[in-house]
Amino acid sequence: MNIYDFKSLTDSIHTSLSVNLSPSAVTIIEFIIIAFAFMMLFTLLGLILVYAERKIAAFFQLRLGPMRVGKWGIAQTAADAIKLILKEPLVTKNADKFLFNLAPFIIILSTFMALGAMPFAKGLHALDFDIGILYLTAVSSLGVIGILIAGWSSDNKYSLIGAMRSGAQVVSYELSVGLSLLTVVVLAGSLQFSEIIASQEAGWWIFRGHIPALIAFTIFMIAGTAETNRGPFDLPEAESELTAGFHTEYSGLKFAFFFLAEFVNMFIIAGIGATVFLGGWMPFHIGNWEGFNRIMDFIPSLFWFFGKVAFLIFLMMWFKWTFPRLRIDQLLRLEWKYLLPINLVNILFMAFIVLMGWHF
Amino acid sequence: MAETATNTNTGKPLETQEYFINMGPQHPSTHGVLRLMLTLEGETIHNVEPHLGYIHRSIEKMCEKDTYAQIIHLTDRMDYLSSHMNNEAVSLAVEQGLEVEMPERVKVIRTIISELTRLSSHQLWWGVFGMDLGAITSFLYGFRDREMIIDIFEETCGARLTMNYNVPGGLMFDIHPNFQKRTKAFVEHFRQKLPEYDQLLTGNVIFEMRTKGIGILSKEDAISFGVTGPTGRASGFSNDVRKHNPYSAYPQVEFNEVLREEGDSYARYKVRIQEMWESMSIIEQLIENIPEGDYKVKTKAVIKLPKGEYYQKVETARGEFGVYIISEGGKSPYRLKFRSPGFSNLSALNHMAKGVKIADLVVIMSTLDLVIPDIDR
Repeated sequence: MNIYDFKSLTDSIHTSLSVNLSPSAVTIIEFIIIAFAFMMLFTLLGLILVYAERKIAAFFQLRLGPMRVGKWGIAQTAADAIKLILKEPLVTKNADKFLFNLAPFIIILSTFMALGAMPFAKGLHALDFDIGILYLTAVSSLGVIGILIAGWSSDNKYSLIGAMRSGAQVVSYELSVGLSLLTVVVLAGSLQFSEIIASQEAGWWIFRGHIPALIAFTIFMIAGTAETNRGPFDLPEAESELTAGFHTEYSGLKFAFFFLAEFVNMFIIAGIGATVFLGGWMPFHIGNWEGFNRIMDFIPSLFWFFGKVAFLIFLMMWFKWTFPRLRIDQLLRLEWKYLLPINLVNILFMAFIVLMGWHF
Repeated sequence: MAETATNTNTGKPLETQEYFINMGPQHPSTHGVLRLMLTLEGETIHNVEPHLGYIHRSIEKMCEKDTYAQIIHLTDRMDYLSSHMNNEAVSLAVEQGLEVEMPERVKVIRTIISELTRLSSHQLWWGVFGMDLGAITSFLYGFRDREMIIDIFEETCGARLTMNYNVPGGLMFDIHPNFQKRTKAFVEHFRQKLPEYDQLLTGNVIFEMRTKGIGILSKEDAISFGVTGPTGRASGFSNDVRKHNPYSAYPQVEFNEVLREEGDSYARYKVRIQEMWESMSIIEQLIENIPEGDYKVKTKAVIKLPKGEYYQKVETARGEFGVYIISEGGKSPYRLKFRSPGFSNLSALNHMAKGVKIADLVVIMSTLDLVIPDIDR
C-alpha cells in the first residue's frame, strides 16, 4: 500500500522550503504552487473533456468528430480556445455591466474551490477537512449564483428564463446529491474524504453496501447530472427552446468560462461519485484475497482515480447523447416526488443495515 | 393570472405580469425565418401570434409572368422537402388543361419518386424532432438514411433537393439504369433501420412524457382549421388525397391511410413513423415492374392552356397541396394560387399551444412539421 504515495513528494517539498523560510512564507509559496497546479489542471481538464465530449458524441452519432486540426483533431480544442480568447467580448446595451462581468468568475471560483477538496491520489490532496463532503457539495452548488446573475444581468428574457430554471433545478437536486452521499457517510462513519477512501480498502462501498448503496449511486448519478446542467437536464441552456439559455449574450472568453466550468463541474461530480462510491484512488480490492490485492496495488492510485472518473464522465456523456430533454415541471416532479422520498427511505434502510452489521 | 401565487408575508396575491418574447425570426427551433410573438406568464404560454413575411418572394405573382414550364421551378422553392410533389401538382394541373393522358411509365415513376420524397421528408422531420426535444443523436440518424434517397435523386435528375424532375407532359429525363437497383437496396436497408428509430426515441420514458397529451387537436378543430396531412390524420381526420382523389399511379397500389384518434404530439409522431412503412410498401409494389414506354408525351415548346380554371391537389409530406390556375388562353396563367398545407397547419398553432410551457410549444411546432418557405411564399 505504500508504493506511489504522493505524501513523500509533498512532504519533501514542504521540508525543503522550511529550511530557509519562515513558516508564513512557506505557506504562501505553497498556496501559489497549489493555485498554479489547479489552474493548469483546470485548463487541461477543459481541453481534454471538450475533445472527449466531441469525439464520444461523434461516435454516438455515426460521424468522426473533429479530424482536421492535428492528428485525429487533437489540437481542435486548443484552436477553439485561441479563437474564443481573440473574440470580441460583447456586452448588451442595457446589461448590468458589473454583474454581467462578474458572473463567469463566480462560476469559475466555485469550480476551483470544489477542485481544492478533491482527493486525486494517495497523498495528493490540497484540503482534507473533517467535513470534506459537506464542503464540496456546498461549494459546488455556489455556481448557481453565477448562473442566476448571468441570466439576470444579460437583459435578455431567454437568459432570465434559463437562469430561473437553473435556480429551481440546482436547489432541488442539491438535496438528492447530499442525501445520496449521506447514505455512504452512514456506512463509512466519516465526512472526511481520506477516511471514506481508507474505509473502502476491503472493497468499494457500491459493492459492500447492499442495495441501498446501489440505489444511492443511481440517484447520485441522476442528481449529479442535473446539477451540472447537462442533458437530459440541460434546461437552463435548452438550445431548442431558449437558444442558449443563461449564456445567450456571452461571447468570447466569458462564454469560454461558462463552457469550461460545465466540463470541470462534470469532472467534480464524477470525482465525488468515484471517491464516495467507487473507492476514489483505492485500487480494486476483494476482501482478503492478498495476492490479488497486491497486484492491484501496483497500478498507481492516480490511474485508479482518473480511470473511475473517466468511466463516470463517459456515463454522463452517454446520457446526454441518448435522452431527450425533460420539461421543467417534469424535472421538479422527478426530484420532489420520486428521488427525494426514495432517498429518505433509502438512508433509513442503510442506517438499519449498518446498525445490524449486515453490510460486508 | 396565476391564482396560486401569493406573497407569503402579506398573504395577498402576487402581482404577476404577462410579458412578450419574440421567438424568431432567428431561433433554432422555428426551422426557418418564422417569427412567433409569445405572450407568456412565467413559462406558460397565453398566446402565440405567428408573423410572416420574412421570406416572402411573391411566388404567385411571379407565376403570372412565367410560362408553365418555368412555374415548375418556382414550386421547388416553396416546400423544398417535398419539391417533387409540388412539381407534380403543377404538372398535373397543366396536363389536365391540355387534356393529355400520361403514359403508365410516367405515372409509376412519378409515384415512386413522390414516395421517396415523402420518406426523405419524414426522415428529416424525425431527426429534427428529436433535436427539438434535446436528443441530438436522432438528427444524424435521420440524415444517414435520407442521404441514400438524395443520392438516388441526384443520379436520376442531377439535383438533390430542388429537383424539377416533373415537367408538364411527363418527366425531364428517363430514369437512370441503376434506379431500380438502388431504390430496392434502399428499401431493404431502411426496413432494417426504421426499427432503430423506434429504439432510440419511441419507447423512451422521457420522450413519452414530453409528447403524450401535449398539443391536443380535436377532429372538429382539425377540420375547421383545415389541418391536413399527417397532422390532421393524427386527429382522426381522414384527408389523404392519395386515397380520396387518387392521381398518378396511386389507384393501382394498395396502402393504408394511417389514422389515429388521440390528436396529440405522440399521435402525430406515430402517424409519420407508420407512414414511412406505408411509403416503403408502395415503393415495393411499383418498383419491380415499371412499365416500358415513353417518359414524356410531346407537347408544344410553349404551352398555352385553353381559357378556363383548373385545380389539382396532391398529397405532399405535409398535407394537401393544391394548385389553382385561371387561364385566359395565354402562355402564362392569368392568376395562380397555391394552397399550401403548412399555412393551414400553422394556423392551428395558437389553438394548440395555449396554456402549455415553452418547451411544449417547441414540441408542438415540430410535430406540425412546418417548412417556412411553404407558408410564406
